[in-house]
Amino acid sequence: MALTARIEKRFGAFQLAVDLMAETGQPLALLGASGCGKSVTLKCIAGIERPDRGRIELDGRVLFDSEAGIDLPPQRRRVGFLFQSYALFPHMTVERNVAVCLGRMDKRRRRERTAELLALLHLEDQAALYPRQLSGGQRQRAALARILAAEPGVLLLDEPFSALDSFLKWQLEQELREVLERFPGPAVWVSHDRGEVYRNCSRVCVLEDGKSAPAASMAELMANPGTVAAARLSGCKNFAPVRPGPAPGLVEVPAWGLVLRAPWREGAAALGLRADRVRPEEAGAVNAFPCQVVRVTEDVSSVFAALRPEAASPGAPPLWMELAKDAWAALPDRERLWAAVRPEDLMLLK
Amino acid sequence: MDWFPLYNSIRIAAVSTVLVFFLGIFAAHWIAKAPRLVKGVLDVALTLPLVLPPTVVGWLLLLVLGPRRPLGAWFQAVFGLRLTMTWQSAIFAAVAVSFPLMYRTARGAFESFDQTLAQAGRTLGLSNFYIFWRVQMPVCRQGILAGTVLAFARALGEYGATSMLAGYTPGRTATVSTTVYQLWRTGQDALALRWVLVNLGISAVVLLAVNLLERKEGRSWP
Repeated sequence: MALTARIEKRFGAFQLAVDLMAETGQPLALLGASGCGKSVTLKCIAGIERPDRGRIELDGRVLFDSEAGIDLPPQRRRVGFLFQSYALFPHMTVERNVAVCLGRMDKRRRRERTAELLALLHLEDQAALYPRQLSGGQRQRAALARILAAEPGVLLLDEPFSALDSFLKWQLEQELREVLERFPGPAVWVSHDRGEVYRNCSRVCVLEDGKSAPAASMAELMANPGTVAAARLSGCKNFAPVRPGPAPGLVEVPAWGLVLRAPWREGAAALGLRADRVRPEEAGAVNAFPCQVVRVTEDVSSVFAALRPEAASPGAPPLWMELAKDAWAALPDRERLWAAVRPEDLMLLK
Repeated sequence: MDWFPLYNSIRIAAVSTVLVFFLGIFAAHWIAKAPRLVKGVLDVALTLPLVLPPTVVGWLLLLVLGPRRPLGAWFQAVFGLRLTMTWQSAIFAAVAVSFPLMYRTARGAFESFDQTLAQAGRTLGLSNFYIFWRVQMPVCRQGILAGTVLAFARALGEYGATSMLAGYTPGRTATVSTTVYQLWRTGQDALALRWVLVNLGISAVVLLAVNLLERKEGRSWP
């Protein structure tokens, strides 16, 4: 089973152009900075917003087709939408929130099915409570129970953890993944957190300024993000303009005054370097260059050092290096050092 | 003491409140979704009776419903019904002056309603009818109730337009407010005082009800 969506929509100067496909068993992440059109995309799929042009299909059922004039109302799309705020009905108990979404069935069957869903999401003890009396995590589970009650063909999750404290996230992520694994349809997970996406989604589609990139696996995205925006979303911290070097097999980074060994890639405009791929090295090694340590920032389990290559031009951005704490402490000189990057770790980006 | 004016006032206010309840909610619901320009124009037009002198409202109503006016004459000819000088005529007056109170409080309540609740309901397969009456209305019920009580109170105290449309016929169209005026005009001060006290009592109860509703606002559900 699959969801395909090709959507175009204009809001003033902002142009949304998304093309995505999600399949059962392979949750698709929609990764993007805030304001890039992630939520609007989900709302178009659900039928809450209307695209200007495009086609949305779920398991061969056409939900929207601007050319054929098809635009099913949300009620007939069978799309499960987990809102950031969960949107539970505040005047109904948890049990009633779930029961009213079950559709037509007799009283006994309705009671049984409600109890089943509440048990599935560990909400038996909260059945008689109102949404206001629940914790953030319980609210999310109640919203999921309600969505499953409506038997949707696809799950759309809009930043499912944005309303929660970080210490709750871990446990809830496991629970949400359980629900996703059991769900017999495709799922789209909107997020701006690469870790969340890496842990829970098999494919990722980067959304940049309203435009979607072709979906890739998370490993592909990490190894070869393609664009600066995708690299930034994948966690890359170092960027600088790049041009072909004086000889084949060399690239030049004028801002840092570096000529590095790496295959040139046609159309590349910027170099991306992950902080954890910048290593301290012996003088004279491949792609090694002397640096001053400008600033040091300690994180929970590692140290970030802002390096300034000695040949860097004034005003060049710092080059961040991430090292484990003990590796940092073991360095003989923590003010001046030689750093290096392996040729395969240089990401040439558009 | 003849209690007819109280009975008449209450039945006029009750009927007009039922009408205004649905008219106000309907108007608030549709105007909230209307394009900006339409919204602005309709909002002014529908709120006007709140600020116009009731006699002006009465005059405008007579312009439409009067026995020699097209609508009034048509009703007379087709149904043999008079639209003025009956107790039902006062309903027109009461609806016209109390409608803006219901409309504005309902609109305020609907505007503060969280639309994601409606959107969620639609994706969950609930009908728009169900979402409106079983989700939006209960969630907005404090504002709706306050508007209803205010509209009822306004209809109960209506004098200007009522006296023009229904006049003062003891035992037929007399209401509490027109009775107070008549009693004062004819120098029956003691009787007038009694009706004034009745009126004060009713108004106090209504205001108390509105205050209780507003105080509950913050803790509608546990």
